[in-house]
Amino acid sequence: MSALAPAVEPLTILIAEDSAADLLLLSTIVRRQGHQVLTATNGEEAVELFARERPQLVLMDAIMPVMDGLTAARWIKQLAGEELVPIIFLTSLRESAALAECLDAGGDDFLPKPYNQLILAAKINAMDRLRRLQATMLQQRDQIARHHDHLLHEQRVAKAVFDKVAHSGCINAAPNIRYLQSPYALFNGDLLLAAYTPSGDMHVLLGDFTGHGLPAAVGAMPLAEVFYGMTAKGYGLAQILREMNAKLKRILPVDMFCCATLLCLSTQRRVVEVWNGGMPEGYVHEVASGRRTPLQPRHLPLGVLSAEAFDDRTEVWPMALGDRVFLLSDGVLDTADANDQLFGVERLQQVFAANREPDRLFDDIERALAAFRGEARDDVSLVEIILQPGQPLRATGLLYADSGQTCPLDWSVSFEFRAETLKRYNPLPYLLQLLLEIQGLREQSGALYSVMAELYSNALEHGVLGLDSRLKRDAQGFAEYYRQRNDRLAQLSSGYVRVHVQVVPTEAGGKMTLRLEDSGPGFDVEQVLARPLDIDGLSGRGLSLVRQLSSQVRWSDGGRSVCVEFCWGALA
Amino acid sequence: MSIESEVSLDGKKLTIAIKGRFDFSSHQTFREAYERFYKVPESYVVDLKETTYMDSSALGMLLLLRDHAGGEESEVQVINTNSDVRKILAISNFDKLFDIN
Repeated sequence: MSALAPAVEPLTILIAEDSAADLLLLSTIVRRQGHQVLTATNGEEAVELFARERPQLVLMDAIMPVMDGLTAARWIKQLAGEELVPIIFLTSLRESAALAECLDAGGDDFLPKPYNQLILAAKINAMDRLRRLQATMLQQRDQIARHHDHLLHEQRVAKAVFDKVAHSGCINAAPNIRYLQSPYALFNGDLLLAAYTPSGDMHVLLGDFTGHGLPAAVGAMPLAEVFYGMTAKGYGLAQILREMNAKLKRILPVDMFCCATLLCLSTQRRVVEVWNGGMPEGYVHEVASGRRTPLQPRHLPLGVLSAEAFDDRTEVWPMALGDRVFLLSDGVLDTADANDQLFGVERLQQVFAANREPDRLFDDIERALAAFRGEARDDVSLVEIILQPGQPLRATGLLYADSGQTCPLDWSVSFEFRAETLKRYNPLPYLLQLLLEIQGLREQSGALYSVMAELYSNALEHGVLGLDSRLKRDAQGFAEYYRQRNDRLAQLSSGYVRVHVQVVPTEAGGKMTLRLEDSGPGFDVEQVLARPLDIDGLSGRGLSLVRQLSSQVRWSDGGRSVCVEFCWGALA
Repeated sequence: MSIESEVSLDGKKLTIAIKGRFDFSSHQTFREAYERFYKVPESYVVDLKETTYMDSSALGMLLLLRDHAGGEESEVQVINTNSDVRKILAISNFDKLFDIN
């Protein structure tokens, strides 16, 4: 390459030199190399010119009058800020100390006098490369910073929307739930939802999406909507699970899914119903005996299987008041200590075993995790739900499509649900929606749903399926009862449950009569009603509940037909 | 992490071996391991003999492979699983989708 070869891109170069002859010589050389030249004869002029014209490179004599080159270099570097403006010192100095001082002042290189054109051109080009590198780096840094800000903003918005959707339930209000979940857990894909059913049972979901960040939050939103919407309408776990699975399967990419445990905790029936797809074992902790029943992952996660292949079978376990359910995410078991050892199931079991005070169990686990890892992790979810007496039955939180029309007050309707329907369809949410068309009944929707649910399951389980509730006298019998229920329902080929609803106006307001008939053999009504009420037993709570909640209960046709009444006063 | 893929002599079986950590960082390489073959093999084998760790995004990648191999009709074997990996596959019930041994 010739010394006179033009530079890649012409630069504006400031030359500060107090010797007029040297200045002329240098200017000529630099111009011939294709650059624009600004000239100054002392440091002060150089700084002023720099501030005004912003040249890209400076050739600076070290020793000049008014302001020397070193001081001028410091000013220029300060004015240049983050941008790299290379300064090449022109010097006849030979001492190392003086040369080092030039670099300390912000100089980037030297050019010894007398000037060599070849070296000067090469140095200008080398410095220009450095200058461009710095400029590119700054540009990319700013771009990354802008993208990052944008991303953070989007995440904040997503989180705000998500919080509204995810926390519309009772997770923070329910006195019987304790949970540990970091504020960042959402962006690790963890999800915890809880809500009451119309009959006062509690549905809880602990989920864990594959992936992190926004994709997980995006999948979590439809899941939360299905959970809350269907729970409030009285749907059971099987239908909610099917809907969630179908929805996630439809919207998520193939490699994304959601591990989840869904449970229904019923104080009235003293049971917990569980479905676990891909989550680590949770536990039902019996306080009286200290026994723990594992809630094992029996299924594939949500969003993997097609609707046809999806398995919605649940397990049912008995619980006494004060018993607890523990659910946890894999973050708990995968908590690692300084040596990369995992916390693991065994250590968790040891915490359970060592505990003597059930109320402290949650704290014990939390402490054990903290002691083990020595530092906080942000993807741990742990939740404890206690079976507590009597959640008051409240009116459901359903939204009514009130048209302002007066409600229907004199009508009747009958349904017959036959074997194929009984196998896979739960008519209760549909019936409840229908009955809540009657404004006067809305106040009592909780009691109404509870009574309907009890009468329907009696008609199905004891009537159509012929199951004996006395099986449920102990835990083994209890499991056996639900095993038989599943088997018999799967094989059902005949039988029916009929539901008759009659609504009539009364002087005071109105009256709804609900009658259920089943195809079963019936039962000895007087004998069953005469049984002493076993308040903490596993069976026989259904009928006493029905008698508490409705004004009139009558059996006929040898126990195959049951009739209840609900009355309401005139609306204000 | 490294991923090696090899087609059997008759061209009917593709074996993908994963060494080291099988996690999100292997996403691209894992896909390339089966997408780069012009001729679609009849069956797939995922060899986890030298896999030290596996996370949930690795499970997602197995689902992608299963989908690529024909979904319900696919033939995907997961072999040489160590006890840690087996635990993860068991919790997610992936033995219902894959032939695991």
